[in-house]
Amino acid sequence: MEHIKLPPGSIEKQTTTLNLGPTHPATHGVFQNIVELDGERIVSAVQTVGYIHRAFEKIAERRPLYQITPLTDRMNYCSSPLNNIGWHITCERLLKIKTPKRVDYLRIIIMELARISDHLICNSIVGVDSGAYTGFLYVMQYRELIYEIYEEICGSRLTTNIGRIGGFERNFTTSAFEKLEKFIKEWPIVLAEFENLFTRNRIFMERTIGVGPISAERALNYGFTGPNLRAAGVDYDVRVHTPYSSYEDFDFTIPVGKTGDCYDRFLVRNGEMQQSLKLIKDAYAKVQAMKGAEADIYHADVPEYYLPDKKDVYTKMEALIFHFKIVMGETDIPVGEIYSPIEGANGELGFYLISDGGRTPYRLHFRRPCFIYYQAYSELTKGGMLSDAIITMSSLNLIAGELDA
Amino acid sequence: MTNELIRSKLTEKFGEQLIGWEEPYGMLTFEVPTEMNLKVLQFLFDDPELKFQFLTDITAVHYPDNKGKEMAVVYHVHNLVDNVRIRFKVFTDINKPDVFSATALYSGANWMERETYDFFGVNFIGHPNLKRILNVDDMEYFPMRKEFPLEDQTRRDKDDEMFGR
Repeated sequence: MEHIKLPPGSIEKQTTTLNLGPTHPATHGVFQNIVELDGERIVSAVQTVGYIHRAFEKIAERRPLYQITPLTDRMNYCSSPLNNIGWHITCERLLKIKTPKRVDYLRIIIMELARISDHLICNSIVGVDSGAYTGFLYVMQYRELIYEIYEEICGSRLTTNIGRIGGFERNFTTSAFEKLEKFIKEWPIVLAEFENLFTRNRIFMERTIGVGPISAERALNYGFTGPNLRAAGVDYDVRVHTPYSSYEDFDFTIPVGKTGDCYDRFLVRNGEMQQSLKLIKDAYAKVQAMKGAEADIYHADVPEYYLPDKKDVYTKMEALIFHFKIVMGETDIPVGEIYSPIEGANGELGFYLISDGGRTPYRLHFRRPCFIYYQAYSELTKGGMLSDAIITMSSLNLIAGELDA
Repeated sequence: MTNELIRSKLTEKFGEQLIGWEEPYGMLTFEVPTEMNLKVLQFLFDDPELKFQFLTDITAVHYPDNKGKEMAVVYHVHNLVDNVRIRFKVFTDINKPDVFSATALYSGANWMERETYDFFGVNFIGHPNLKRILNVDDMEYFPMRKEFPLEDQTRRDKDDEMFGR
């Protein structure tokens, strides 16, 4: 300090304030962090959220159930099908609709594909932030393949609006299954290569081990769920604790970490991708084993909520009536109050839905895992280096859409 | 652990102060007097049998017709050991929506309460940093309250009696 000639009267400040974001190339999404730095060490960090808040909860109060699905897309847009199906499951629980087994298994295939694509982005971005770009570009090809599978099923890729209350909008095409088979065949090799690139890579380990750690107690106190909680050593997974969509028919393990640092989060996500692949394989085998009429079912029989076939609309009166009622949102939802959780890619994605018997929800609240665990960010980064804070942010898998709803 | 056991333990501790017992879709739900929310949360947390130590969610619901008890703050807590969830509600007057903050017990309650304040104007007493989180700081109303309709109700071009707008 003695070499710096400060103008007279200026106050010497020991720390530097740095505005990281809202649009910073190192933060993948719209995040603002006001960090107080001592050299390169973080003294404190204050997160600002809400830059892409779109008032989904308010909008949902004016929409019939099926029109809320596209809103859920835009929460965690790296794994939209998980949100969509989570919302459909919530509606089905409220309406007491029992879905056929084939629908459940097809949903598991889609949900696990979505989980893989989400974890893939997260883990490869952790790689990018620690200086390894190759993994990211390489695995993108397989995210593309997953998106092509979505495309075969629902016609869109990122914000999918996949499925309907009661099942899927149409049966899976042959080419969807072909692409799925291609994925099942090629993906394990790619995942193994991806893990080879990182898991025992000295540079990667040095950059992530001990960075942004959290203890199990603190994580639970902060309301962590999903891979970030499991990395801290708590084996809580909604798929096991509150099974939905027939997850109880499958045998899979829940990978857990120990220290809750970036490296453990990375390993847990990799382990989950392995398990997801196993689930996809098992579910696909079960779907393939179905015979007769069961093998063609792709939705439950709920005429009040499931749009009839177009050809029936033109020829049958009942179908026309239901079509009209659904499209105009004229179906009254039974009175009820339900909290329905699913295991989203980031943790427990909850839908708290209150219906007063009207056509739209009286109140709908989304429990977004991202929003809840992001508050721990300043605790995670305190005392660490600035570059570690960037890695911590990516390894938490913060999705701006889910954060702000 | 069954809902009956939880209910009997809570009634044993708090007597007749807890009302409105329900079980919609299997989840035990009850009402807690406004000033007792922290006591109930703490008891659920500390009791060696109940162990409701995971706060899933805090949110609010606005019932404009429920005079004197317009604002309901809803807590979802989870016992991860026995895998049981319960929900309880605290009703407050909208003109004085004061509820004790759970931030001392749960760090995760911080943003949940800020969000609830932001959208419903529930004043959490004892919150370290109760300011808006998702909306802009200079907003002058609480947008999730029912008196703020999503669409401007005076618009004539959208007046559509047939379809129940």
